[in-house]
Amino acid sequence: MTHLVVVGASLAGLRAVEAVRGDGFDGTVTLVGAEEHLPYDRPPLSKEYLAAEECPDPRYREHATFADDLDVELVLGTPASALDTSARTVTVGDRAIPYDGLVIATGAHARTLPGTEGLAGVHVVRTLDDAIGLRGALRDGNRKVTVVGAGFIGSEVAAVARSLDLEVTILEAMDTPLVRAIGERMGRALTRLHERHGTEVRTGVAVDEVLHHDGGVRAVRLGDGTELDTDLLVVGIGAQPTTGWLEGSGLTVDDGVVADARLAAAPGVYVAGDVARWPNALFDDVLDGPMRLEHWTSAAEQGRYAARNAVDPENAKVYETVPYFWSDWYASRVQFVGVAAGDHVEVVAGDDADGGPFTALYRAHDRIVGALAVDMRAEVMKYRRLIGKREGWDAALALAAERREQAAAKAAEAAAATAAETAQDGANA
Amino acid sequence: MKIKVDWDKCTGMGMCESLAPDVFEVDDDGSLILHAEEVPDGQEDEVREAVAACPTEALSLES
Ligand SMILES: Cc1cc2nc3c(=O)[nH]c(=O)nc-3n(C[C@H](O)[C@H](O)[C@H](O)COP(=O)(O)OP(=O)(O)OC[C@H]3O[C@@H](n4cnc5c(N)ncnc54)[C@H](O)[C@@H]3O)c2cc1C
Ligand code: SF4
Repeated sequence: MTHLVVVGASLAGLRAVEAVRGDGFDGTVTLVGAEEHLPYDRPPLSKEYLAAEECPDPRYREHATFADDLDVELVLGTPASALDTSARTVTVGDRAIPYDGLVIATGAHARTLPGTEGLAGVHVVRTLDDAIGLRGALRDGNRKVTVVGAGFIGSEVAAVARSLDLEVTILEAMDTPLVRAIGERMGRALTRLHERHGTEVRTGVAVDEVLHHDGGVRAVRLGDGTELDTDLLVVGIGAQPTTGWLEGSGLTVDDGVVADARLAAAPGVYVAGDVARWPNALFDDVLDGPMRLEHWTSAAEQGRYAARNAVDPENAKVYETVPYFWSDWYASRVQFVGVAAGDHVEVVAGDDADGGPFTALYRAHDRIVGALAVDMRAEVMKYRRLIGKREGWDAALALAAERREQAAAKAAEAAAATAAETAQDGANA
Repeated sequence: MKIKVDWDKCTGMGMCESLAPDVFEVDDDGSLILHAEEVPDGQEDEVREAVAACPTEALSLES
């Protein structure tokens, strides 16, 4: 193995090159990225980056780190346009870059609403450039913000817009938001967080047409004919894996590049991150096929696995994981581990009626397969371990009972301390 | 090996806890409790995984 090429210079691509260099791989490493920017962190783009007074720098590393510490050739600003798996080359501009091992980490790109291309006031949030544009627009004296899609990114943008005191409406086509990600009951519970903060959520509504004036968005027309005036339209209707450049490569593409348990898509070709679809053995009993995640943690991990497997295919390791993602809405932190499958969801701490704090567990085949927590940061990772060990439902409920006892003991202790303080104050008075 | 936490960066994600619970624990308010300053014998791999998994790159190891 002498030449590792990584296509996609974001989280998965960065972790790929860092992993093999960290292991002492001394071949040539090339990192190809379509964007001009150095690899940067996306989660802040719909959170702090929009909300903070002072814009944080989302780049992971400096230029010098790639050149000096990692000895990685960066090829930025031009997308790879073709892959030839028999000649083992990647085409970038007019250059054919040869590889011995390849990591595909081209991620995903935001879905857009047809007919809104080039329209001022219409935003998606996927890239740093998108976030720069939206950050400005949220501060440009616009008053009314309409978010299409009540998914995680749309919800985060809505929360930021509310914190800037703008009028926010979320339009969601499904009857309950986030059904596929976290199930129906929990989708309703999270919707309450919006309502609690004065964000209007309209479900079961279709956007028929985006109305414009002078090259800028003016209103949206809904399925029932109503027109909703708006200054800004934020489109959060999901992302699509970036696989167009692989046409004709012979790789299997089916909503992502399909790979095996070791993330291999073809001899010498491995996949990582949002673009990857692979069988996650930990959930082979609950999922009906390979899965694709759009989560920070799995993208980082797969980047490392894919690159290590690519430079040492004989010892390629299987990747399995308990998926994890987080999301920040208003001042609340939402955390999810596992998969939202199964036949039962049980709230084991707090109350979901008002949007939390609470913790809920997901059951399938009598084992725990998922956990969702809102503002209960101490909880969800404890369940992540149980899920990873394929523990039974009883074990999960036992842990939940133990946690409740601990919480009650802590609360009693705090109450006693307060009472003692009050008594002391009284005695002093 | 010593475990170093950049407290300004840690946002209480708890990934570290899910991988090395003897060393890391997140409290209810999201603050990280470090149960060991030194990597416990036999837990080097777990702790290394935890360091790599932190989404805010708040953790590092010092030999
Ligand atoms: C706004 C936002 C908020 C998020 N918040 C969270 C969160 O709170 N929690 C969480 O767990 N996850 C979150 N995520 C998801 C997380 O950021 C992604 O899972 C992660 O970025 C995936 O990394 P990746 O490297 O696989 O792909 P990407 O980050 O999508 O990067 C792919 C890169 O490949 C480049 N590329 C594409 N095609 C080509 C080509 N042909 N040639 C060369 N380069 C190419 C792209 O330009 C891009 O830079 C968020 C994502 C976004 C967009
Ligand atoms: S994973 Fe990182 S951010 Fe999360 S608690 Fe651990 S150190 Fe803090």
